[in-house]
Formats: sequence, structure tokens, C-alpha cells
Amino acid sequence: MDPTMLARWQFATTTIYHFLIVPISIGLTLQVAVMQTLAYRRGGSEAGLTWDRASRFWGRIMLILFALGVVTGIVQEFQFGMNWSEYSRFVGDIFGAPLAMEGLIAFFLESTFLGLWIFGRGILSPRLHLASIWLAAIGTVISAYFILAANSFMQHPVGLVYNTERHRVELTSIWKVLTNPTQLVTFPHTVFAALMTAAALLVSVSAWHLRRDGVQADPVHGKVVRMSIGVLLAAVIATSVVGHFQGQVMTRQQPMKMAAAEALWDGKSHAPFSLFAYANVEQGKNKVDIVIPDGLSLLATNTPGGHVQGINDVQAAEVAKYGPGSYVPVVWLAYWSFRLMMGFGFLAGLIGLALAWQWKRGRLSTSGRLLRVATWTVALPLLANSFGWLFTETARQPWLVYGLLRTKDGVSTNVGSGFVLTTLLGFTLLYGVLGVICFRLVRRAAQAGPDPALPPPAAERIDDQISLV
Amino acid sequence: MQAFWFGVIAVLWAGFFLLEGFDFGVGMLLPAVARTDERRQLALRTIGPVWDGNEVWLLVAGGATFAAFPEWYASVFSGFYLAFAVLLVGLIVRGIGLEYRGKAHTATGRSWCDAGIVVGSFLPALLLGVAFANFARGVKLDAAHVMTGSFFDLLSPYALLGGLVTLSLFLFHGSTFLALRTDGEVAAHAQRLGRLLGPAATVLGAIFLVWTATHRHGAVSLILAVLLAAVLIGAVGYQRAGRSGAAFVGTAVATVLVPIWAFAALWPNVLPASNNAANSLTIHNASSSHYTLTVMTVVALIFTPIVLAYQAWTYWVFRARVTGASLTPPGSATGQLIQRARESAQQAVRPQVRPADATGQQQ
Repeated sequence: MDPTMLARWQFATTTIYHFLIVPISIGLTLQVAVMQTLAYRRGGSEAGLTWDRASRFWGRIMLILFALGVVTGIVQEFQFGMNWSEYSRFVGDIFGAPLAMEGLIAFFLESTFLGLWIFGRGILSPRLHLASIWLAAIGTVISAYFILAANSFMQHPVGLVYNTERHRVELTSIWKVLTNPTQLVTFPHTVFAALMTAAALLVSVSAWHLRRDGVQADPVHGKVVRMSIGVLLAAVIATSVVGHFQGQVMTRQQPMKMAAAEALWDGKSHAPFSLFAYANVEQGKNKVDIVIPDGLSLLATNTPGGHVQGINDVQAAEVAKYGPGSYVPVVWLAYWSFRLMMGFGFLAGLIGLALAWQWKRGRLSTSGRLLRVATWTVALPLLANSFGWLFTETARQPWLVYGLLRTKDGVSTNVGSGFVLTTLLGFTLLYGVLGVICFRLVRRAAQAGPDPALPPPAAERIDDQISLV
Repeated sequence: MQAFWFGVIAVLWAGFFLLEGFDFGVGMLLPAVARTDERRQLALRTIGPVWDGNEVWLLVAGGATFAAFPEWYASVFSGFYLAFAVLLVGLIVRGIGLEYRGKAHTATGRSWCDAGIVVGSFLPALLLGVAFANFARGVKLDAAHVMTGSFFDLLSPYALLGGLVTLSLFLFHGSTFLALRTDGEVAAHAQRLGRLLGPAATVLGAIFLVWTATHRHGAVSLILAVLLAAVLIGAVGYQRAGRSGAAFVGTAVATVLVPIWAFAALWPNVLPASNNAANSLTIHNASSSHYTLTVMTVVALIFTPIVLAYQAWTYWVFRARVTGASLTPPGSATGQLIQRARESAQQAVRPQVRPADATGQQQ
């Protein structure tokens, strides 16, 4: 088998798997930090105690998932060198910097303070303990910033000069790399999606408990579900709005990607937004296409008559610029992954709306059918995230770094197919087993629910005893 | 600037060896020092809060190499492909074992986690030594700095001996750490094992250093080799005398000296070519541009002191020796109940001091 293809499969497998967990790590750590803050602020009151139990319960689930995110993250740090060493030589001068900064600034922060948070309860003062979870949460967000800056460089390389003598690109402005226009839309899109994913997990588990116990459900679930419905809806809206601007940036920077996302073969003004299409790649056109008139022009250019480039136009332009060859990605994959990303995201929003509606009417804990559906909410953002990455990475092909380095030129030359196949199978098997274990642990912890409320404060009982005497 | 970053990466590896060294040691010694579940919890509690932060030293060493010497990063990670894949598998199963052990609900689950911790500590401990021995000795590189040897070239007797050196050293380091940080049976077992592990590490280290001296002649690396041997002998002495604090300092210095020695032996190469010296990767032909190194230097100068401060603070927070009593985490439900019980016991005392008005009012 072609070593490039195997290396791509390995990267896709390990990265998509890693990114099932990462958004939950980011979003859940932030929301557990909020729960603990509410508990701290309202300490001693009924609400404060409920939030305290909520933060402990969700903290437990967060840790099970976080562990899997950490161990699968180590692979990411090293596989650029292992499978993509020619890529590493070519972009290391630029790409290595955000990676090293991520390690130094973010990884140390999140790992150290998470350790302090887990084992420091009762040793640290409540204020320092609260600060620990916030610092760990901030670490996850900083980490996202740097790694997405590195990815944005691959989508839209900036701040560089090509060194012909050493055949590599060199950094001319770290500021430009860290404030890449692509990054400024990608980062919020990803972090909002992370909040959406974690909120969906909170909704799912709370809905399961509310459905089982109805009005007798632990008050933790009622509180958490109300918070998470709000976060979910806000995150769906924010992700979509940012995604809209991201689409416009993408249309300017990577016209092929937008054209492929829409299966728009020939450029046109008043371009429609396609809802369902079946393309014939050889003929370079669609066989079936159901559309919203002017939709794409509106999305991409903000005007109904705006001109959008088609696949055939961009192909001709890139041949003129980079020489002969095909610059067309796998169109059906781009088209469908783009739609599935948005579709699953909006579906999560719909469930959020339905839950909010029932909550307004005061019928949340009795709407059994809705709660049953809502138990599956978490699957939707997970699918949306995966399709989003599939789209953004595959629709950049054949480029590894857009306009600079082709994917086939980035792969390690001295690592044979047999080695890559071995590690691909090994990691897939290992990740599969760990996924099953993690899922079962999370399910058990989630179904067990929060620890029971503690007996009322001791002083009262002593008074009772004394009065009995 | 290249020299500075060579030094930074050496320090990162030194930090990693020092900190993960005892984590690996504790992991491998787990079944030997602790038979019962309670003792195993106790042994693992010593590294529980810190192992993940310690592992980050490796990630940052990797990241810093990528940023400062991309050619080095690319050649090493692709050239040692299978070795790194196995190392990664080790780190994954160890991490999962450590984090999921306390969450497992059955004895079988816990023993799987223990197996993950032992194997996952053993593999990196061995492979790191194999890798460093190969760095020091040199590998086959073509003119484009791509490693050309086969996987089995990397498993020469010299490299395997290097693996045994780090393996035995981390075991010894782990034993002095456990003797210092625990009490009772676990500490006693660790102390007893240390009496065997110390001399083993010293002898293996000495053979390795003598072997190295036959093909490599540098004054600095020779001095470091002698120093390393002296420190190890000192650690063995303190360990036998039962002075666990001094013995731990000894093994700590020894683990730090290993990467320092290897880097000193490499200088000014980062990856010497054994087939043709002209193909060697040096700090100059492997490095990033001046601008990138400047940026990274500013970032490192700002953030390294901050990281060192909070990691040191973490060790200060968890400085108390781990005993049976520390096993009920104050955060758990049981822990809470115990805490409540303690509070109520304290409060039960207070009303007794002034029982007159308490009872008086109620009657």
C-alpha cells in the first residue's frame, strides 16, 4: 500500500479519535470550573451545596475523559516527526514554534494544576483549589490556541520566507502566524464547538437522570440541565455565526475548498446553496442538485448576486500558478462532510430549543419522550466535530501546506509501508480497547449520579441529642 | 543561540529523567514493593499528583527540538520509528493504568491497570537508554540527514547495554524515592530492593562508560562520566546506610547527569553520522533560523521560571510523607464523611465546655 495513504490514515485515525475527547476536556473543564465557582460563591447555602455536589460529580467524569485525551495527545506531538519528517524539515522553522509554546505554556499549566486539583482537595484552601481548576481550564484553551495557530498555518501560510538553499520555509513574523486571519476565525469556532460538545454531554446525562427519576431526580441534574441548555444554545449560535465568517475567509483564501464544499463546478454569480447533490467527477458536473437560490453567494459574499468561483475555475487558476496536475480534492467527501458538520450541529441546537421550550413551560422533568431523545445529544456535536476536521483537512488536498507543500512530499521517506501499517493497526486496536473502557467508566460514573447529600451539619444533631437528655 | 538551545533541550531531558525517572521506577517496582491493594495505592499515591506534569517535560523536549532543531526532530523520530511507537504505547498504557486504577470497580480491572503501569514504565525506561546510546554512538545518515539503517541496527549490544543502564538507574531512583516518600512495609521493601538495585545500576553504568571511553575521547564527557560514577557510588553508600534523603539526592543527581553526559558527548553534533562524519547533523545544520530561535528564547525566558515555580510549589504542597492515613482522599465521599465526623467531634467538645446554658435554654 502507498505509504502516504497509510500515513494519512494513521494521522486521521489518531487525530479524530483525540479530537473526540479534546473538546470535552476543554468545554467540561471550563463548566466544572463554573460549577465550583458557584459552589464557592454561595458556600453554605442550599444552592451552594448542590453546585458543590455537581462539580464533584462532573469533575469525576471529566477526569476519566481527560486521561484519555492526555495519553492520545502524546502521539500527536511525535507523529509529525515519525510519519511526516519531510514535512517537519520543510516547515519546522515555523510550525515547531507554536508546538513548543503549547507545551511550555499550556501543557505544564493544565497537567500540574489538574494534579493539584485532584489531590489538593482538603490540602489546599478552597480558594486555591478553585484557582487550580480554572488554571487547568485556561491551560486547555491556551493549548487549543497554539495548535490551531499551527493548523491555520497549513491552511493559509503567513509570516514566512522561502529559503531556496535549504529548501524550507522560515519564519519572518511570529505575530503574523499567531494572528493569522484563518486562526482568528478557527479558534473561536473550535472553542465554541468544544463548549457545545461538553454542554451536550451535560444535557445527555442530566436528561437520562431526569427521565428515570422525574420530579424526584437529584436537584443536581435540574441545575446542571438548565445551565447546559443555555450553554448549548449559545454555543450553537456562536459556532454558526463564527462559522459563517470562517466560510468567507475560506472562500478568499482557499477557493477550491469552498467550491468543493458546495460541489460548485462552474463559477457563477447568484450561486445557489446546494442541499443535496450527486456529482459526476469525470464530467466535472452534478447529476442531481437540490438548491436554495442565491444561498451560496449570500453565505460567501454577503450579496445575493456575488460571484463564487467553481472547481473548474480554481483548477485552471492553480494549474497556471503551480504547474500541471489535479488540484481538486475528493469532492463528495468535502461536500458531505461540510453538510454533516453543519447538520449535526444544528440538530444539537434543535434539541436544545425543544428542551428550553419545555423548561419554560415547567414541564421539563415530565417530558419523557423528549428526554429520551436528549440523552443522545452528545453524539451530535461529536459527529459534527469529526466531520468538520474531515472536511477542513481533506478539502485542502492535494496540499499539505496550502500552495507550498504537497501531501505526498511531506511523508517520511525512510519509513516503510510495513512499519506504518503495523503502527496504524496497533494504535487503532489500542485506541479501540481504551475507548470501550473509557466509555464504560463514564457510563457507570454518569449513571451512578452524584454522591448523596451529606447528613445535615453536625451541630444541629448535637443540639437534638442534648435536648433529649 | 544554537548553543543556548542545545543547552535548553539538555536541561529538558535532564528534568524529564529526574522526575519521570522515579515515576518509571515506582511503576516498575509496584508489584515488588506492594503486594496488597492498599499498599499499591500507597506507593502510587507518591506519584499520583505529579506524574502527568513530569511527563510534560518529555513533550516539551520534543516540541523544543522541533522548534529549535527541526532537522534533528525529523531525523530522530522517523529514524527511530518503531522504538518511538513502542515508547508511545508504553506511555499510553501507563497513563491509563495510573488514572483508571482508582476508578476500576473490580480486582481484575485493577490488576490490568497494574500491568499497564508496570509494562508502560518498563518500556520507556529501557528504550530511552537505547535511544541515547545510539545518539552518542552515531547512526547511519545519508547526505539529506535521513537515517538509513534498519531497525535492528539500533539494537546493538552497546545500545542494549545503554537501555539496561537507564532501566536499572530508574529502578534504583524509584526505590530511593519510595523509601523517602512512604513508610511501613512499602518503604521497607523499597529499601531492601535498593540494596540490590544500587550496585546493579552502578556496575552497568560503569561498564557502559568504560565501553564509551574506548571509542569516544572528550575531556568533558570523561569528567562527567567519572562524576556520574562517583555520585552513583555515593548514592549506594547512603542507601545502604539507610539515609534515604541523601540517597535520593544521589540518584537524582545521577539521573540528571545521564542526559547531560550524553549531550556533552554529542556536542557540537546533535546526531553524529557513524558512516560518514560529513553527514552528521550539528547544532548549525539542524537548527532553525536566527529569528525563530530569538522568538523561542524570549518565550522560554519568560515562561520557564513560571513553570519551575509552580511545579516546585506542587512538590511543596504534597511534601508530606505518604502514609496509610493519606489514602482516604479528603475529596471523596468517604473522606467527606470522615471530615464531617471530625468536625462534629470537635463541636461535640465545645458544648461540653458550656453545657449549662445549652441545656438550660432548652429546658
